[in-house]
Amino acid sequence: MSTDVTAKSPAPAPPGKSGSAAGGGLLQLILDGMRRNMRQYGMLIALGLIVAFFAVATDGDLLLPRNVSNLVLQNSYVLILAIGMMLVIIAGHIDLSVGSLTAFVGAFAAVLTVQHDVSWPVAVVLCLIAGAVAGAVQGFFIAYLGIPSFIVTLAGMLIFRGLTEILLEGQTLGPFPDGLQKMGNGFLPEVGPETNYHNITLLLGFALIAFAVIQEFRDRKRQQEFSLEVLPKNIFVLKLVVIVAAILALTLLLASYKGAPIILLVLGVLVVGYGYVMRNSVFGRHIYAIGGNLPAAKLSGVKDKKVTFYIFLNMGALAALAGLAIAARLNAASPKAGLNYELEAIASAFIGGASMSGGVGTVLGAIIGGLVLGVLNNGMNLLSVGTDWQQVIKGLALLAAVGFDVWNKRKSGS
Amino acid sequence: MAGPVLEMRSIVKTFPGVKALSDVTLTVRQGEVHAICGENGAGKSTLMKVLSGVHPHGSYDGEILFEGEVCRFRDIRASEQHGIVIIHQELALVPYLSIAENIFLGNEHATRGFINWNETLRHASELLRRVGLDDHPETRVADIGVGKQQLVEIAKALSKKVKLLILDEPTAALNDEDSGKLLDLILELKNQGITSIIISHKLNEIRRVADSVTILRDGQSIETLDVKAAETTEDRIISGMVGRDLDNRFPDRTPHEAEVGAAPALEVRNWTVHHPIDRERKVVDDVSLHVRRGEIVGIAGLMGAGRTELAMSVFGRTYGRYAGGTVLKDGKEIRTKSVAEAVQNGIAYVTEDRKHYGLNLIDTINRNISLTALKKVAKRGVVDEHEERQVAEGFRKSMNIKAPTVFEPVGKLSGGNQQKVVLSKWIFAGPDVLILDEPTRGIDVGAKYEIYTVIDQLAAQGKAVVFISSELPELLGMCDRIYTMAAGRLTGEFPRAEATQESLMRQMTKDKEVTR
Repeated sequence: MSTDVTAKSPAPAPPGKSGSAAGGGLLQLILDGMRRNMRQYGMLIALGLIVAFFAVATDGDLLLPRNVSNLVLQNSYVLILAIGMMLVIIAGHIDLSVGSLTAFVGAFAAVLTVQHDVSWPVAVVLCLIAGAVAGAVQGFFIAYLGIPSFIVTLAGMLIFRGLTEILLEGQTLGPFPDGLQKMGNGFLPEVGPETNYHNITLLLGFALIAFAVIQEFRDRKRQQEFSLEVLPKNIFVLKLVVIVAAILALTLLLASYKGAPIILLVLGVLVVGYGYVMRNSVFGRHIYAIGGNLPAAKLSGVKDKKVTFYIFLNMGALAALAGLAIAARLNAASPKAGLNYELEAIASAFIGGASMSGGVGTVLGAIIGGLVLGVLNNGMNLLSVGTDWQQVIKGLALLAAVGFDVWNKRKSGS
Repeated sequence: MAGPVLEMRSIVKTFPGVKALSDVTLTVRQGEVHAICGENGAGKSTLMKVLSGVHPHGSYDGEILFEGEVCRFRDIRASEQHGIVIIHQELALVPYLSIAENIFLGNEHATRGFINWNETLRHASELLRRVGLDDHPETRVADIGVGKQQLVEIAKALSKKVKLLILDEPTAALNDEDSGKLLDLILELKNQGITSIIISHKLNEIRRVADSVTILRDGQSIETLDVKAAETTEDRIISGMVGRDLDNRFPDRTPHEAEVGAAPALEVRNWTVHHPIDRERKVVDDVSLHVRRGEIVGIAGLMGAGRTELAMSVFGRTYGRYAGGTVLKDGKEIRTKSVAEAVQNGIAYVTEDRKHYGLNLIDTINRNISLTALKKVAKRGVVDEHEERQVAEGFRKSMNIKAPTVFEPVGKLSGGNQQKVVLSKWIFAGPDVLILDEPTRGIDVGAKYEIYTVIDQLAAQGKAVVFISSELPELLGMCDRIYTMAAGRLTGEFPRAEATQESLMRQMTKDKEVTR
């Protein structure tokens, strides 16, 4: 062991040299970086390929501003669920109840606003609380009574579906007040002079670009302050270019139609927020620790039960948010809403790099996984592939993604 | 005198990085009970795994002759067909199947895939009579005690027409009464012509049942003694087991002078712990010990002595059921009911099983190091990644962790480097008392020396160190004071000057009957 380490140790030296051999060295560094995060980059590339395939197959219809906008609206709730599901799966658990819970919350919202004339902001808050409580109850059984999450949430799946039908008495209930409808399918308001683009969306996009760039520079400066190794300058510039280009492209696409959907903003806040929590917060670290090695985490003083409890509480709250979004978008609460959403969320997490045994995965991965499924859905709809074949293809995509990961891991011998 | 039934010649077995067996020769005579003893890690279990085909032919060097025939076992089934049956320390029974089903598992009385229950039950009853077990063969294994389960294992072996029965520490989990019964049964089977190999480090047991004993040390067979001969005393066996040279190098250390008057950093009083499942069994029995600041105190003991169980139960009650005792820190009683409380009170426990209890193998070096004390690199619940990375880089340099960056997953490091990560993690937590459980297990000599140096520095900084180890030379080289444990109890306490390998081993092999 010690010999092969010394053989490798000159490796960190090249970065200094890379300036002279810019072309080859740069590519090499990028490839090395990608190899280290094979699963995530692999999926990002796969997503790119899928998008490219459907863009060509649909003669560019996939990337029309209107369709991109639709894609976001159609998939927002699965993406919201996928974020929470990722946390659950990283911790080594599973949650089968979220589909039923979204339906239940939708029904609850309808009963409040339609039947009892509760004002919609109050209803939203009450719904979020209801979801959190439902999640907390399940979390209590899982964390403190030690009942496996599969069982508890399977029970929850049945219970919440049943309660939904009881609340709605088997009927579809609607329509929702305007404010709530906006949450599901509304867009940002427009102000200012007439341009060919949606002004607010453009401004927001530019602000986001500025924020991202400043953040990258601050990060780099901090690293230097702590006298840590930083990315070579050329890679750093490349990274900035990619980030700016990606945000700009999305901004222009959305701004040339009706602007950014409100739900996209909600989603964006969630992605950034949860990404930050998972990466930088003590709570996030503890989730990875209990999923990666529970006995070791316990012996390190991690309060595993408390962490598990909050993960499920959080999942409940996110399911409530997704439930509100779907109900608002359909402008009605239906007993059959949210059917199989738990499976789509679970599939998103696994496609996005989660592991059955826990301890691995990122919020961004869950989003990528969800988008893979979403683009497949949308693209196949545009090509008018029937739902029968859509299911087959989505199943194969899940199998291929996880199969690739297993194969890749075996190859690298870890 | 009967001729040899089994001969193992010049057996060599290497695992990646470790030579588990180097040149072991074992000769077992027909119809005898042959004991094998040696310290932890001497190679006893590995040797038996070679014999029974767990390590198949080709994965070791040397020759096995059974009943005069050269044997090349591919797997356990092959060795069982020759009548060699091994009963492992951890019993291999399916708890929710009946005794009869367990006995014939994989070997069912069946025609065309359908089980003949009448024949199964008849045969099972007959076998149970032979081992002296009067439970009904349809009883679930989960419903009988460990002692009886051991008998079921033997009945299972008998069903396979066993000629050579291998028992790996068969009494380690049994109480005195069950142990006695089991030993009687081994003698009874001997009368029926069955040869046995018994791995044990309870010397009184060996004297009671064995005809001869082979001593292993550091993967070599040292000698075979006739147990019945007058000159084979317990002391004689002990000197065979421990005769290791003291030439392992240790950092120069000025032994700690006990401060008079100052309260010890950690004191444990009358600590008793019961087994988590078998609630009658005392795993730690009325243990009291203490360690002062700047002192390194060793705990010596063989497998099953209760050292790890003692340490883990003190550290946040992470093992067994607490049954009494107090923990004092600097003379004041403290609560250590949870790991968080223990850590808050400045106690750290570095586990003997770093892969299962010490590290998150799929996570990186920096995140493993920071886990116990994340608050130190976090503000209001948010981890400062740069500070964390800097801390980890610091440990990578000071502990000489061999890895290209701190972002390497710890699962990819060698054992020695993993151990350094575990140590870093607990040093970063900033404890006053460190309990180190087998900190040098399974790592190479160079890394061992580095870890000794770190331990020495910790003591020099005024930390109190409890050093649990199975390697006596290591304890003698590092510790200011050494406790010995056997069967859950403290059996001795030696200042550095008075301790020798022989004196320690004598106390470590003390069983209850001997003390009486």
